[in-house]
Order: sequence, then structure tokens, then C-alpha cells
Amino acid sequence: MKYLATLLLALALAAPAAVAQDWAPKAEQGAFALTNARLVTVTGGVVNGTLVIRNDKIVALGPNVDVPADAEVIDATGLSVYPGMIDSGTQVGLAEVGSLPETRDFNEIGDLVPQMKALTAVNPNSVVIPVTRTSGVTTVITEPSGGLLPGQAALINLHGYTPAQMHVAGVEMVKLQFPTTGRRGWWDRRSEDAIKKDAEKALKKLNDTFDQALLYARIDSAYRANPEADRRPEYVPSMQALVPAVRGQQPLLISVNAARDIQVAIEWVEERGLENVVFSGVAEGWRVADEIAEAGIPCLVGPVLSVPTRQSDRYDRAYANASLLRQAGVQVALRTGETENVRNLPYHAGFAATYGMGTDEALRAVTIAPARIFGVADQLGSLEVGKKANLFVATGDPFETSTDVLHVFIDGYQMPMTNRQRQLYQEFLERRPGVEKHAEGAVETN
Amino acid sequence: MTVRRPPPVRLASPRFQIPIAMKTYRLLPLLLLALALPAQAQDAERGDLLITNATVLTVTNGTLENTDILVRDGRIAQLGQGLSAPRGATTIDATGRYVMPGIIDAHSHIAISNVNESTNPVTAEVSVGDVLDPFDVGLYRALAGGVTTSHVMHGSANVIGGQCETIKHRYGVLDPALLEMEGAPRTIKFALGENPTRVHGRGRNIQPSTRMGVEFVLREAFSQAQRYQEAWDRYEAERRTNDRAVPPAYHERLEVLADILAGEILVQSHSYRADEILMLMRVLEDFGVDRVTFQHANEGFKVAPELAAFGTDGAGASVFADWWAYKFEVYYSTAYNAAILTRNGVTASINSDSGELNRHLYHEAAKTQKYGDLTDDEALALITINPAKQLGIDARVGSIEVGKDADLAIFSAHPLSIYAIPQQTIVDGIVRFDIEADPDDVRLMTDPEEQVEAVTLWQGHDHDRCLEGTYDLVDFMTIYR
Repeated sequence: MKYLATLLLALALAAPAAVAQDWAPKAEQGAFALTNARLVTVTGGVVNGTLVIRNDKIVALGPNVDVPADAEVIDATGLSVYPGMIDSGTQVGLAEVGSLPETRDFNEIGDLVPQMKALTAVNPNSVVIPVTRTSGVTTVITEPSGGLLPGQAALINLHGYTPAQMHVAGVEMVKLQFPTTGRRGWWDRRSEDAIKKDAEKALKKLNDTFDQALLYARIDSAYRANPEADRRPEYVPSMQALVPAVRGQQPLLISVNAARDIQVAIEWVEERGLENVVFSGVAEGWRVADEIAEAGIPCLVGPVLSVPTRQSDRYDRAYANASLLRQAGVQVALRTGETENVRNLPYHAGFAATYGMGTDEALRAVTIAPARIFGVADQLGSLEVGKKANLFVATGDPFETSTDVLHVFIDGYQMPMTNRQRQLYQEFLERRPGVEKHAEGAVETN
Repeated sequence: MTVRRPPPVRLASPRFQIPIAMKTYRLLPLLLLALALPAQAQDAERGDLLITNATVLTVTNGTLENTDILVRDGRIAQLGQGLSAPRGATTIDATGRYVMPGIIDAHSHIAISNVNESTNPVTAEVSVGDVLDPFDVGLYRALAGGVTTSHVMHGSANVIGGQCETIKHRYGVLDPALLEMEGAPRTIKFALGENPTRVHGRGRNIQPSTRMGVEFVLREAFSQAQRYQEAWDRYEAERRTNDRAVPPAYHERLEVLADILAGEILVQSHSYRADEILMLMRVLEDFGVDRVTFQHANEGFKVAPELAAFGTDGAGASVFADWWAYKFEVYYSTAYNAAILTRNGVTASINSDSGELNRHLYHEAAKTQKYGDLTDDEALALITINPAKQLGIDARVGSIEVGKDADLAIFSAHPLSIYAIPQQTIVDGIVRFDIEADPDDVRLMTDPEEQVEAVTLWQGHDHDRCLEGTYDLVDFMTIYR
């Protein structure tokens, strides 16, 4: 007993830092060398060798790379390194407990609220974030939902203590929930006519709004060109928010799923002369894949793990959708549409791979393809010198459930591989006491 | 002891034989009704089949390489090499393929037209077996994911909900009764925690509105059932000597509750938090019920030793692979739940509770290798022999053994691999899903009034299908979606 007390005291005095780390391990930035690794670069094939991270970037990569003297070496013999996975549609950080309105920040009141910014409400300390990033998903689109124009989605890294630290390259997009002729779920019991009328009404409202936004943008331009001459336009936040989208300075994120709606959306985009748009969801994209390809609109497809939209559809359509779109020549990235289970992105990709896409193409759909669509391919999406060190080290194919992710780097920070779900595992695997109040052998005898 | 419904097809089942002998007088009206109905006692189709040269994942006896499976009359007749097909039987060359036992989904709301009778905290008298819908395409989609058996459950609006039905995915039959797994034990849905307190407490301002209230809804119901049974027992004794003895009033709800106390109906309780799991175990112990399966049990891992120690064989837990955070009572969850339960000796299963998840339960089970390093057999047991044990059907299904029902799923690769694609799914020796042979559109019926086929958009998991049919559903969906 006395010995134990002395030992504890010695430990406490000798290594306060180590003790503190046990309580809450912190992300560390610096120089790291992943040696003897199988580097799945995505854009440059598979390279066996070393990858060096310094600060936030990948600074060297290849078979004959020297390990810097100051680098922490991670021997990756038998391990594979992948670029961090990107989920192109989630609500991470915008909802903590699904059923509790107090914890949901993705749906502001009003049908036309494009000024609302997901980035404002992202909770950097959401318990969901460490649970997600330890799976190798380093970056996500987090998006509002609800009305016709529910707000702006943002591209964020899953590490950082402020939304600004998480925000990737300033990527934000106004989201448009395109008027839909589909049912919103099994509980949507509207008649066919009612659905049609609702969609027509919504489309008219959308057109009116965009007409106003165009006018607002013109007035805004005129005023800016000559602030002295013109009266300053009234500040209308919803209109102000649409200006970058109507000018094509920012992609317009159009959530659209039913085949007919996709066709109407393509027409709408063309009529309005919008050149910077991205489709999201695209559940029935496979039915009109050629039309989407011809329109040249990139698609954020998913969830892959979802049920077919029509009773008559082949059972595996949702799994195969991304592949069918890709085969038609559509630029495809994958999304889970999840909040707390974005960690399943590799499995959505795995099902897409299995049902036609193949492993390599599915991997691209969660790495370089979204990076290109969001205009951040100079920073993310592959293992390349000069890119941000967003990557992970795994025991094998990340799409397989038998694979473990051992290390995750975000912006060059080595992430602690802990999260609440793992902590609960460690605490409860062999609970003490077990079924008795005093665990066997734990009772003091002297 | 009691009868839910009187179709003649049921008279052959053991459930009916005991009560007829014991209390014929209570059944008399039902028997008369039964005689009035046309006899339609018809068994589900059974097949002969030979599967050759497969890698057979028996689950209970390891993996058999290059093995043939001979099926006769819907049952596994022989496992071995060089077996020959009976005359007229289909042969499936499974070279390079994996055969596992048909997957059993211990928690489903598939193929029913109603889920909740949410008008009272106790509705033991109702049964989802009365609203089976053989036309549900979901039955086929699950088959295409290797599922052969589903435990179709009442919803979770009530503390004691309705009785459930164990069905086989005999997609193609038109008679709902043919979906039922003949001889499967009766089961009943209980529900603890947020759902019943929300529906009844906050929704209707009656007990329970707290987990304290849930306990006493249970205790009061069980006590009434005990007294009801005692009254009948007294009457039984009295009428031996007194032919003018007056029987107590018949009460269907109390009949069912009395059957629970007699151990004739297996309790399947929706539950999330550790405290409510402990509560139900105490209540059941007090009333002498020693079998229970906790459904969902997201915090089952916190009381795994207690679950393992319950009753004679331990309490079961049927859990999600990784669902969490969709409501507060699942916020402190871990995807390692199934692994912790397994390592602590609890009979655990992984279920779907979803028309999406039930198409890839093999993948859900595989997640326990990421979250807790379960072995292949342990992971497969979670969707085969373990749910079979929880539903009391393990003598019939859940593993590949001679004598068991020929419910089998054939995969292109090991079913725990993400790259595995189900090829054929077999129920009672009948191929009910065949990736090569089946058309895209497998509907058995189309709506004659529908002008354009409805497009139903996927809006994420229907986490609360369990609450479908409750009074505030529309309001709930409005705020939740």
C-alpha cells in the first residue's frame, strides 16, 4: 500500500504531461514520416514507400524518400495510407440528438432562407465528430435542410475548435431543395394531384425568387459601380445570399431525386443560364443518366444504402445508381446523408463498388471526385506533395469491415484515435464490479 | 391457454392443442366458428434441392469446404461430398460460393399493414399476425439480402404492446397465413422508456410519463393477470365438485398476460437504457418469468453481466450494429455493444427494425469485426443461431445442420465481406430469390387506381417505424423530418 502511494506520487510528480494526456489526448502537429507504407495516392497509383508530413502538408512521398531527422516515424509496414474520405452530404455538427429540437440547428423557419449558414451552427465539439473522423472520414459537406432554400452548406474538416478552423477553403454553397413530385416518405399520404400541385406551386415560388434575386443582383451591381449616384438598395438578407449563386460565383447545390424532377431541374438550370450547379441526392439519376451527363452537371449521389424509390424497381437500384451514373459519364461523388453515422461512408462506397462501380472508382468518389467538384483538388482528395495532410492509415481496404483505421491526420494534425464509443467499450468490456457488488478478489483481506 | 384467432389452419399447431384440452368451454364459440369456415389447412411449399461444391458456413459446426447440401422436403437431409440429387430436384452449382444459414431478423415491421394499437399502455390482446400483408415487396428485398425469417413486431407505443409474429419470407404466397412460421413460439412486444412515456404520459396525460410509471404499468398488469388466473384456477377446482360453479368473466387481455406469466409467450422488450433493462428483469423475476429478450438495448453493454446472469439461460439482447443519437436515450451508445455483450456471455443478435437495413444484415453483423473484433462465427451467429435462440426457433433454423429447415443464403463471396453479393436465397428448400432468374419488377399486385407509380424518396432511416400509427405521428414527422 505504502509502495503504491509512493509510486503514484512519483508518477504524478515525474510525468504530469503524460497523466494529462491520458485524460484527454490532444491532436499534435509537426513532422511525421509514414515509412514502409503502401500509399494509395488515388491520382498517382499505388506507391510503396514513405510519406512525410510537415505542419499541415504532405511534403514528400515516394519509394526513396529520406526520413527527416526531426520527424516522428510511424512504421507502416503492412499498412495502407489513403487520402481522407470526403462525405459530400451530411448534417454533422448541426444535430446532436435527432429527436430533440433543442439540439437541431439545420432547419430555420421560413421556406426561403438562403442566408442561413450551416457554418454558423456547426458545433465543433459535437460528440459525433471524433466518432466520425476515427473511421477515416476527414472532411464533410454539412448542409441545412427543410424548405425550398434552407440555407448554405459548408465544406468542413472534422477537426478544429471553431467553425473557421474547420472550414475548408471557404467553400459554401446555397442549397436549393428542388420542388419534388416524389413522396417524402411512407408517411406522406398526399394524393397524386396534391403532390403535382404542390410541386408546381413550389416551382413558381422558386422562379419568382430567382427573378427577384437577379433584379437584386443588378441593383447591387449598379450601386457598387456608382455608390454616389444611386440610392443604396434595401438590405434583404435572402436576396443578398442568392447573389453569388445567380452570378455563378458560387455553386448552387440542388437537392433533387425523382427522375421527372431531375429533368425539370436540368431544364430550369438551362433556362436560367446557371453554369455552376451541383445535384445532390439524385436517387433516380440512373433513369435519366444520359440527360444528366449531357447537361454536364456533377452529382453528389446517395445515400447508397437506401431503398429503391419505386416498388417496381429492381432491389439493388440504390446500390447501383452511382455506378450507372458514372458509366453514363456523370461526375460522381458519394454522400451518406447521415449525421451520426457518417462513419459508414466507406461502406456506402463499398456497396457502390460491389454493385458495379469497382473499388478504385468508388474510392475516387469519396476522395478526388468531391475535391474537384468543390474546387479544392489543389488541397484535398489525393496523396500528393503540396496537398494538405488529410489522410489515414489502415490495415487494408477501408471498405471492408475487417479493416481497422489506425491513424488519422487532418490538416497535418495527428488525431487522437479515441471517441466516446471507444471509451465506453474500454470501460464496459470487462466491467468492474461485474455482477456482484464487489468483484471477485477485490475484497480487502487485511 | 388462450386463442387469438380461430382459423382452422391453426388447430394443428401445438399452441392450440394445450388450451383445447384444458379449457374447452372457453374455446367452444371459436371451435364452432372454425367448423363454419371452409377447411383450408394448407402447408407452405417445401422443396428438394442439391447445392454442390460450396463453402458451407454452418455457424454451429465451423466451415465445411467443397461440400454438398442435400435438401429433401424442405429440410437439410445430408451434408457431404459427391451427393446426388433426387429425381426432379434442382441442382445449384455453388463452386466458389458461400452458403450460410438463412438470416433471421429478430426485429422487423415488415409485411404488416398496422404497427401500433396505441390506445392504451397495455394492449396485449392485439396481434400483428392479424394484419400480415404478403404483398409487401420488402419481403423480397430482404430475401435478396439473404433473410429467410423475420420477427414481425408490434410497435413501441405501449408498455405492453401487441403480440408479434415470426414469419418466413415465402414471398409469392398470397395467403397471409402461409407466411407464418408454423410452430414458432408466441412472442409479445413490451416497450420501456421514451416511446411509451411520450405517447401516453405526455400525449394523453396518463401513466406512464416516467420510467417509474412504466414499472408500475407492468406490475399492475401482471398482478391483475395473476388474480385473473387464480380466479380461473379456483373455478376449475370448484367445478369438479360443483356443476353450478360460475366461471369468471373472460378477458382476452388478461388471458394473454396470464400466458406470459405461464411462460407460454416470450417477452421481447423494446428498451434502451441500462436502468430500464434492470427494472424489467426485476419485475419479471418477481413474477416468475425467466425468459426475455431486450430489443435495441443500446445500453445493454452497461449491464451485460446482469443480462448474462438473468434466469436460467440469461436474457437476450437484440441490438443495432451502430444506430445511435437519434434520440436522447441512445446518445450514450457504442457500436461495440454487440461485442461487449458477446464477450460477457449474453446471447446477442443484430436486427434491422428497418426496411433498409434488413437488406444487408450480413454487413451489419460484419461491423462487429471493426467494433470489437468478433470472429467470423461469432459475427454470423448474431444474425442466425442467436436470434433463433431468442425467438425459440433454434431447433428449426439458424444453422446448417441435418434435420433443420433448408433456409439458406448463397453468396458470391464470404458474407462478411463488403464485396459479397447474395445469389440465391432458399426457404424450406424453395428458391425464393435468384439473382440470375428473377425479373426486376417482382410485385405481386399493383394498385388499379394508381395512375403513375409513386416515387417514395428515401429520407434517412425510419428510426421510429416503431411509433408508426401513434396519435401524434403527423406532428412528429413534421418536426422530425
